[in-house]
Amino acid sequence: MRKIWLITKREYLSRVTKKTFIVMTILGPILIALFYAVIIGLAINQKTGERTKTIGVVDSSGLFKNQLETPEKIQFVYFDTETKQPEIELEGWLIIPQKFSLDQPNDVIFKSDNTPTLDLQSKLTNAIAVTGKNQKLLKKGLRQSFLDSLRVEVNLKTLEVNETGDEVNSRAELNFGLGAAFAFIIYFFIFLYGVQVMRGVMEEKTNRIVEIIVSSVKPFQLMMGKILGIAMVGLTQFLIWILLSGVLTGIISIAFATKMGGMEDAAQPGMQSAMGPIMDAFMSLNLGFYLIVFVFYFLFGYLLYSSMFAAIGSAVDSESDTQQFMLPVTIPLIISFATSFSILSSDPHGSMATFMSIFPLTSPIIMMVRLPFNPPVWELVVSMITLVSSFMLFTWLAGRIYKVGILMMGKKPTYKELFKWMLMK
Amino acid sequence: MDLLEIKEVSKFYATHKALDRVSLAVPQGCIYGLLGPNGAGKTSLIRILNQITAPDTGEVLFNGEPLNPSHIYHIGYLPEERGLYKKQKVWEQMIYFGQLKGLPVAEAKKRSQEWLEKFDLVSWKNKKVEELSKGMQQKVQFIITVLHQPQLLILDEPFTGFDPINAEIIKEEIKSLKSKGTTILYSTHRMESVEEICDHICLINKSKKILDGPVKKIKAENSKNEFELIYEGNLPGWVTEVNSELIEDGYHKLIFKVDNMNRAEIIKRLANDVNIWSFREIVPTIHQIFIDKVKEFNHA
Repeated sequence: MRKIWLITKREYLSRVTKKTFIVMTILGPILIALFYAVIIGLAINQKTGERTKTIGVVDSSGLFKNQLETPEKIQFVYFDTETKQPEIELEGWLIIPQKFSLDQPNDVIFKSDNTPTLDLQSKLTNAIAVTGKNQKLLKKGLRQSFLDSLRVEVNLKTLEVNETGDEVNSRAELNFGLGAAFAFIIYFFIFLYGVQVMRGVMEEKTNRIVEIIVSSVKPFQLMMGKILGIAMVGLTQFLIWILLSGVLTGIISIAFATKMGGMEDAAQPGMQSAMGPIMDAFMSLNLGFYLIVFVFYFLFGYLLYSSMFAAIGSAVDSESDTQQFMLPVTIPLIISFATSFSILSSDPHGSMATFMSIFPLTSPIIMMVRLPFNPPVWELVVSMITLVSSFMLFTWLAGRIYKVGILMMGKKPTYKELFKWMLMK
Repeated sequence: MDLLEIKEVSKFYATHKALDRVSLAVPQGCIYGLLGPNGAGKTSLIRILNQITAPDTGEVLFNGEPLNPSHIYHIGYLPEERGLYKKQKVWEQMIYFGQLKGLPVAEAKKRSQEWLEKFDLVSWKNKKVEELSKGMQQKVQFIITVLHQPQLLILDEPFTGFDPINAEIIKEEIKSLKSKGTTILYSTHRMESVEEICDHICLINKSKKILDGPVKKIKAENSKNEFELIYEGNLPGWVTEVNSELIEDGYHKLIFKVDNMNRAEIIKRLANDVNIWSFREIVPTIHQIFIDKVKEFNHA
């Protein structure tokens, strides 16, 4: 144990004292904060700054003249005919042909210089459809005032029933955000630091230091020391990032809040009422529990993968040879990252999601994605036990490849040879 | 007393046999030359001694005990292919390797300082290894190998990469370690320095041991009973001439062969007939024995 500790310490100190580590650790949160600033900035601009589009309408059928329902951020201007150079700047022309009828609503054309956005297209069809329906209803003898009174604006409040039977506020948006963040961080961490383990092993192998070290310690101790040391580097970096990001994001949010407040005073009640429940939901989260589960998957996911990365590093002599072996190892990781968004948005408790959150190569990402949606406790326990036991199995197997690989020079091994190394005495 | 006893050790790899029932004994306090062409099995044997791999059959005794993990603290190993952490400082690296070999930090620091002073490297101790010259790196590597004062020092081609001056410094260090009681296993396929520093040798070829023993004994055993004589006068008839030349007025240099007669007897009988200027036995060099034995073995 003392030797593993010595190696862990060296791996840790040699990395955290590097200039690149210090620079990345400070730059990381700044970049993340900038990223948030840009996204928030864009979102605000889109909400407040989206300009109203003017559409020229030529209604030869005469059904809609001056009557089309105007959707948000759209203005309809009615013309008798399409003119080459209208007096006002138009986004495009909506042409309703003479033969258009409410029973055969075909051949409506929209012409514009640019491809219209899907959003615009749906607004236009919707406007015609709604107006058309109203026309039909009026024809059946309903009064306009009655039609107006039909409008019902619903504000859906979602409730979740928890285990004790209480109804609590649903946190769909927050759950989605948390799940996505968990998936991203774990994916990123495993990749970034797993590759560092691989590089470290290759460095020792190609620099021929390894023969000196393994004459003092067991190869397995060397491998574990390295993996643990780099894990600690990762945790340190992550911790600093969280702290710095929190501080910076806080500063930016405050800056935006005051800017918006100054500009529009209380003109954004919608925004506030939207933010309110999210903040409430955030406060209602069992953050301590999330943090523990997160650190668990974060660590064991990394440990599982990095033992495989270590085995790859030991088997090859150069970076370019790693590609062939990297692919099969990283596929489960990439798949789980890629599917995490569909799981989040469709069915976090479906059978596929459940399987992937227990299967050890995908569980670190997928279980964390599911966590905010409260998966059953037994699934969480099974998933954790499976992950820890596969970590032990994989590390043992990887250790066997590693032991042979680090002293093997020259030719790149085949999969068959790697398998033989695993079984070698 | 033998520090190291290797008994009938064999090691097989998937495609070939690296060691085939090799037995040898390394006496305490000597410099033991492990000789053999490339690929003979030297590195395989050394890796077994370092417990990097285990023998498939046979046994290794260290100080009379079967080799076990506690022995690694008493063994220092300088591999042929060597390296250091290039980005790490000399000093930190020396302490680290010292600790891996079981030294407490304070002791590792004290000894590192002494060695740095000895090798004139003190001003480099806080430099990264990559900033040092090749020769200096090799010295640091040597210090790392001996820092924990091993009883057995295994040196695999220790002089490669050293310029003649540094090679001489290292050679002197090796001799000095021997005088302090360290046993040194010196593995090489280059014979130049073997005769100068080795007390015992063992020759391995194609995974088998082909001869071993004290250097003097091996040389004597491999003597071809050839002598060099510089003389004046007429040769007696019993001398079988191999080669003769006139070197100056009446003096001849003669190389001849006599079987079944010791040196004293030869001189005594020669003195009856000729005026002896100089007389010496032509002793084969280890280099010559090495080449002859390997050829002989490969033909057999």
